[in-house]
Amino acid sequence: MRKLLLGSVALGLMLAAGVAQAQEKKTIAVSIPAADHGWTGGVVYHAEQEAKALEARYPGLKVIVKTSPDGASQANALEDLTTQGIDALVTLPHNSDELTDPIRQVKSKGVFITVVDRALTDNTVADLYVAGNNPALGRVAGAYIKEKLNGKGNVVVIRGLPIVIDEERNKGFDEGIAGSDIKVLDRQFGNWSRDDAFKIMQDYLSKYPQIDAVWTQDDDMAVGVLEAINQAKRTDIQFVIAGAGMKDMIKKVMDGDKMIPVDILYPPAMVAVAMDLTAAGLYDKLPVRGSYILDATLVTKENASQFYYPDSPF
Amino acid sequence: MSDTTTTAGEKRSLRDIDLRAVAPFVALAVLLVLGALVNPNFLGMDNLLNVLTRSAFIAIIAVGATFVISAGGLDLSVGSMSAFVAGVMILFMNSGAVAGIFPMLAAAMLLAVVVGGLCGLANGTITTVGRIEPFIVTLGTMGIFRALVIWLAEGGSIAMKAPDLRAAYRPVYFGNVLGVPIPVLVIIAVGLIGAFILYRTAFGRHVIAVGSNEDVARYSGIPVNRVRTLTYVIQGVCVAIAVLVYVPRLGAATPTTGLLWELQAITAVVIGGTALRGGVGRIWGTICGALILEVVGNIMVLSDLVSEYLIGAVQGAIIIIAMLVQRSLMRRR
Repeated sequence: MRKLLLGSVALGLMLAAGVAQAQEKKTIAVSIPAADHGWTGGVVYHAEQEAKALEARYPGLKVIVKTSPDGASQANALEDLTTQGIDALVTLPHNSDELTDPIRQVKSKGVFITVVDRALTDNTVADLYVAGNNPALGRVAGAYIKEKLNGKGNVVVIRGLPIVIDEERNKGFDEGIAGSDIKVLDRQFGNWSRDDAFKIMQDYLSKYPQIDAVWTQDDDMAVGVLEAINQAKRTDIQFVIAGAGMKDMIKKVMDGDKMIPVDILYPPAMVAVAMDLTAAGLYDKLPVRGSYILDATLVTKENASQFYYPDSPF
Repeated sequence: MSDTTTTAGEKRSLRDIDLRAVAPFVALAVLLVLGALVNPNFLGMDNLLNVLTRSAFIAIIAVGATFVISAGGLDLSVGSMSAFVAGVMILFMNSGAVAGIFPMLAAAMLLAVVVGGLCGLANGTITTVGRIEPFIVTLGTMGIFRALVIWLAEGGSIAMKAPDLRAAYRPVYFGNVLGVPIPVLVIIAVGLIGAFILYRTAFGRHVIAVGSNEDVARYSGIPVNRVRTLTYVIQGVCVAIAVLVYVPRLGAATPTTGLLWELQAITAVVIGGTALRGGVGRIWGTICGALILEVVGNIMVLSDLVSEYLIGAVQGAIIIIAMLVQRSLMRRR
């Protein structure tokens, strides 16, 4: 209780100081998962880059980026961040069920809430929702494969982990190839891991004598898939379709690699978009409440350079 | 051993030991038959060589784990340690510190083995000198190694940059000698050396003695702490050898490298007939256990019978059944 009182006194002092100065002092907290695989690594990188950019753009703005290894510690991190006194929270929750209530708690302190990528179970909590389009990521891939194979062929699919995002992508893929003679020979979980995808692709190659295309939905897994095809020296596979926007894959698209003709965007940089919009709402009084759904853009040789971040770890 | 006048009792115990050692291989044979029934492609040379080659990482690491576990210890950090050693090795190769492709590869391999050995030494020293449960120590180092590799990779992946180096190193995973893939040769070599150390040297007997009864071993004048620490160093070196074979496969270390390998290695050791409480070690059984794990995964993908959502459950069931088969073989005298 005493801590809380002290905290609010300190907050009051800070606010008073803020008014006294010409520049408004505001704080944005960014709570994201720790870099446990390539994509989240990209999220952390882009969040840190954007934090620096925003602090330079808005003098007086403080951006705190905090990563958490799992849902429970993210809930704790949210409490810690709130007690520091924040004006806005940009968060990519580990999972929706576990974190909806902790984020609601933050909101009840009058904090502007921006949710990235994974929607909460209660839609009224988020003031702003920024996300990629999972069904479209599958649909664009399916449509591309359908077009390139002239509506007929054998496709194998490597899924991610059994979570909502993966289901949405797979449903989208089925919509994308609907009405064609494309046959999905097999679907297995590759856990978004290069090593697991390598194993599964080796097994697919033993199991099926003729495969026209592979859909892996994730660039990390495509690395393992390509190596397995390369090892088996199979020439029946025409191309591999992945997604996300990893720099190595974008580079392959740019260079006109036949096995990776296109990539489908599900960019970790979406966290930067969310932070930018949030700051614009705080400082420029722009009406940013609502949903901002990024396109699942088809990255081709022509536009690839726009999505190439050579300095990013992902 | 040779001058015993055979009595019924001794004969029985000899046969008993044989059966125990054979049991994992029987389980593997049953699985091979099952695989052939599920999909005729299973017995194809390509598929079998793929599976054998893939099992190299777990098999090699599990040989090290056999030492640690038979001495009554446990190492949960091997998966993270693999990722860490791989990361350090690749960063060294990217630094271009040594000129020439083959001197560079040799230096990088040596560095990996040294780093692995030092990681093991850290685990062993903290466990023995600090007198902390190995479960806790290696749980801690598991987190440390994993975080270090993520930090080194800045959350992304650490990939080999030089294409000529990558091309020169690639055959260590994909190449073969007279049709036998190099990783399989490495498994055999590590198995032979491991079996020699465990069964034919004084150190090997000390490992078993320490695992059976620490106090008795200490009163017999065995340097318990040194033996224990050395088993962790052996584990670290085995992890490094596995990394030497792992890195040329995809040429990168990622935050998912080696995820859950510790559990697979421990499972392989137990399936192979080594007791988790220590005092018994079976090198060849362990390698067979690693093969069983990989074959089960392979059969799952090759079969069309099991929904992709249920694979984990069926895999678990097969492993338990394999253990039951093994136990029933052991009880039959």
